[in-house]
Amino acid sequence: MIRFLAWLVAVIVALGAMLAPPPAHGQSGLPPAPYAYKQIDDPVKEEQARELMHELRCLVCQGQSIADSDAPLAGDMRSQVRERIAAGETPDQVRSWLVDRYGAWVTYDPPLGPETFLLFVAPLLALLFGGWLVLGRLQRAPDTERETPA
Amino acid sequence: MTSEADKPARSSWVLWLPFALVLSLGVLIWWGLSSGGESRLVESRWIDKPVPEFDLPPAMPGQPGVSSRQFSDGKPRLINIFASWCIPCRVEAPQLEALRDRGVIIEGIAIRDRPEDLARFLADHGNPFVGIGADQQSAVQIALGSSGVPETFLVDGDGIIREQIQGVVTAEMVPEIVARLERMER
Repeated sequence: MIRFLAWLVAVIVALGAMLAPPPAHGQSGLPPAPYAYKQIDDPVKEEQARELMHELRCLVCQGQSIADSDAPLAGDMRSQVRERIAAGETPDQVRSWLVDRYGAWVTYDPPLGPETFLLFVAPLLALLFGGWLVLGRLQRAPDTERETPA
Repeated sequence: MTSEADKPARSSWVLWLPFALVLSLGVLIWWGLSSGGESRLVESRWIDKPVPEFDLPPAMPGQPGVSSRQFSDGKPRLINIFASWCIPCRVEAPQLEALRDRGVIIEGIAIRDRPEDLARFLADHGNPFVGIGADQQSAVQIALGSSGVPETFLVDGDGIIREQIQGVVTAEMVPEIVARLERMER
């Protein structure tokens, strides 16, 4: 029974993934923005910019980061990130500039807030529940005979 | 291992609980992935805030560009984000003309467009804009929190962005937009 239900869950999840929509975006004839595919000269800043780009969501190809996407808007966002960091802004400043415009959803590393509270607390709750289960079992079966051999 | 039968029966529901949780999680994931159809629209959070500072060069010769300084002259207006390569923008064009005919000021922002493509687009679908700024690298689009084309922002007479319309402005929306802009007049 359990095996069957586990199989059912797997099938449901796989079906859901298949039903997810394909990305769609328009094309433009313009060359990409200057720093869409070009690194900035300062290697330390380039590293900061790169780290941030992997953490920012592509708006038109959702599910990808702007670092992974070839969509024109993602290229323009990469260029903005690099230009701002090259001009002396910190990654935190660039991130909050974008969050002000698109909401916490634009980052894959969202800050703790009323919207994301459940996201951060749920694993803790699950852990507590699991601990409670394990504790219950241990207390019920204290006799050593029933322990599984190591 | 002895048999499971000597366990008290009342605890069996607890054993099923994690499983039920996983199942409901699966259903939740399936629902999240299948509902919505198209990928979700990211709404701008830059609402009830002043138009960000920018100064875009003219996208068309003989027609002004768009600068953020224009927006606090007391007259409410629209910012229309569009592009010649954007197919839905063609569908939207007649509604923009209708708005222009009813006295609405429309500032155009052409995203990642080439002058020759834009000229052809405007010749084919009309030019209802008082000015068109060339946003070659989507910088103003991003500064407005816009995530696609077409998008339209309603800006009041003090240069405060009041509303965002994502996607095509339909014919049914035209009277409502005119009314809202009139209410914003000071």
